[in-house]
Amino acid sequence: MSDAQSPVIRYVARRAVPFIQLYALYVLGHGEDGPGGGFQGGVIFASSIVLLALVFGYGAGRKACPERISDFISPLGCLVYASIGLLCLLMGGMFLEYARLAGPDASDHAKHAAHHFGLIGIEAGVMLTVTASMVTLFFEMARPAPDEGGLDE
Amino acid sequence: MSVIEIISTALIALGALVMLVGAAGVLRLPDFYVRLHAAGKGDTLGQGLVLLGLALPVGFGLISLKLALIILFVFIFNPTATHALARAAWVTGLKPWEKSAGEPIETDEDDAEGERDHA
Repeated sequence: MSDAQSPVIRYVARRAVPFIQLYALYVLGHGEDGPGGGFQGGVIFASSIVLLALVFGYGAGRKACPERISDFISPLGCLVYASIGLLCLLMGGMFLEYARLAGPDASDHAKHAAHHFGLIGIEAGVMLTVTASMVTLFFEMARPAPDEGGLDE
Repeated sequence: MSVIEIISTALIALGALVMLVGAAGVLRLPDFYVRLHAAGKGDTLGQGLVLLGLALPVGFGLISLKLALIILFVFIFNPTATHALARAAWVTGLKPWEKSAGEPIETDEDDAEGERDHA
């Protein structure tokens, strides 16, 4: 399958991947004050892996994001999210009350900054989980049947 | 209206016209490959013109940089996607319209040849 793919598609797809991933990070960072956020960023990031798998074959795509890595990242994102939320609890606030992360008697400016960092932090957690889940979903559904020898090579 | 606004409006109108022609081509042309030809070219150029028309009035800055990047990527990825579609149709054995002008198209791929005969 991957041999039958045209060099044009292979060339463009390979060079598109870093741009897609950079754009995913842009969407993640943009989520605070515009359309975007962790979920959309994660889906866009996962689409770069899906593109690799579509163009270079199941095996090459899985190599770019091995199962043990996606299985590790998926719960890691939840852990990041929950940790930031619980950290707010530890600092004496409510769950996910980011402004408390700045400390007990922080200035308004510091509280504002802490709010932004907390928000970006949980969005990053969401992005990790969504990326890994989307990649896992795609590869589980695209998995070649055992008797068919596979989609690629 | 300033000169820039007139030029920008003209570009957007031209882009819309190009996309309209492309849409008419998708509806009216005889087979998959020629329709793809209309859709790919019309959309690429039309989007480029519309986005250029949008970028002109705001001048140099973050917005026009983003629009320029979109134009660049559309010009790279739209033809690639069209190429991938046409190639996929060809490899799976879709024959071009028989009344097309020109020589029969030769392919250098034996496996594609075999599959097309099969289909």
